[in-house]
Amino acid sequence: MLSKKVKSRIFFLVLSIITAVLIIFSILKALEENVVYFLSPTEIYNKTDITLDKKIRVGGLVKMNSITKSEKTINFIITDLKKEIIVSYEGLVPNLFSEGKGVVVEGKLRDKKYFVADKIMAKHDENYMPPEVNKALEKSNN
Amino acid sequence: MFKNFFPYRILSLNKSTIRNLVVLLIIVTFAGLIYSLLLSPPDYIQGDSVRIMYVHVPSSFIALGCFGVIGIASICNLIFKIKFMPLLAKSLAPIGSIFTLISIVTGALWGKPTWGIWWAWDARLTSMVILFIFYIAYILIWKFIENYEKANKISSIIGIVGLLNIPVIKYSVIWWNTLHQPSSITLTSAPTIHYTMLLPLLIMFFVMIIYSLIIFLMKYKTEIIKFKIVKKKNYK
Repeated sequence: MLSKKVKSRIFFLVLSIITAVLIIFSILKALEENVVYFLSPTEIYNKTDITLDKKIRVGGLVKMNSITKSEKTINFIITDLKKEIIVSYEGLVPNLFSEGKGVVVEGKLRDKKYFVADKIMAKHDENYMPPEVNKALEKSNN
Repeated sequence: MFKNFFPYRILSLNKSTIRNLVVLLIIVTFAGLIYSLLLSPPDYIQGDSVRIMYVHVPSSFIALGCFGVIGIASICNLIFKIKFMPLLAKSLAPIGSIFTLISIVTGALWGKPTWGIWWAWDARLTSMVILFIFYIAYILIWKFIENYEKANKISSIIGIVGLLNIPVIKYSVIWWNTLHQPSSITLTSAPTIHYTMLLPLLIMFFVMIIYSLIIFLMKYKTEIIKFKIVKKKNYK
């Protein structure tokens, strides 16, 4: 069927692909902290070696009814439905930033429960629908 | 089906096949653009910037698909030494690289109004840049290495290594926390995109696939003719 030459080529190629996959896997595993774009509040809670002077990103949902605006600063709570982090931020927020929606913030931790952000990014989920459908959905949920 | 991509079938392609495909392309492009830009509704949060998706998602699909074929062709090329495999892969590379670029640029244009930033070094976006680098490397090797056998071997290795990046791109949004959202259309569950937006998206998929097919057929035919001429010269 397959000649000896072809068989040895398949063997060699399969072997090198497996090696390459293992190498890539271990590199990605070692760099996981850098590959992950943001941490969830639970991950921060479970982290033993938190650094307060290094910039990190935290992501999750903006808790309902948690946004409070004062003159300059805006405070809100990021939740992953298990743990929460209070975020304080000065500046403009993106248009899509709103309660109940995803958000990623960049800045420094004060402690495990308090985060000072200097950049806010709104995260969009995988749901797409026209406004009327959304209204109808909300109505049926209520 | 596969037999249609054998060189003798491609060489006997007459002009009317391409012309018919172009006519089809023009019709579906008009239908797709009118549907996606005018008739389809805006999104409930993103508003009109959702329309960028109709270009972005099919482009990304073709970018990944082309490299997938290049990778598989490279494997077949190294193992079975099938003569037309490198020609096929070579003709797909420019198409895929352009669509990678389109995907990255439209993604940035969408990112600014949605996320608030043009660019983020998250896993999905970074792996897409790596894909683009692989495309460029693949094209440059064919351009600058004069010896055919040598260029063939090195480009095949690039194709195979780059193939490993494809599942990383696909699953990056599931394996790690990324700013980029997960796929709305998956094989296993119902799409999380409303059908009034799914339909124009599917038409745009069709548009880009037809377009790529036309460019591919033209480029592939040229490559086969070039290959035959060079081979003739070498044997004289």
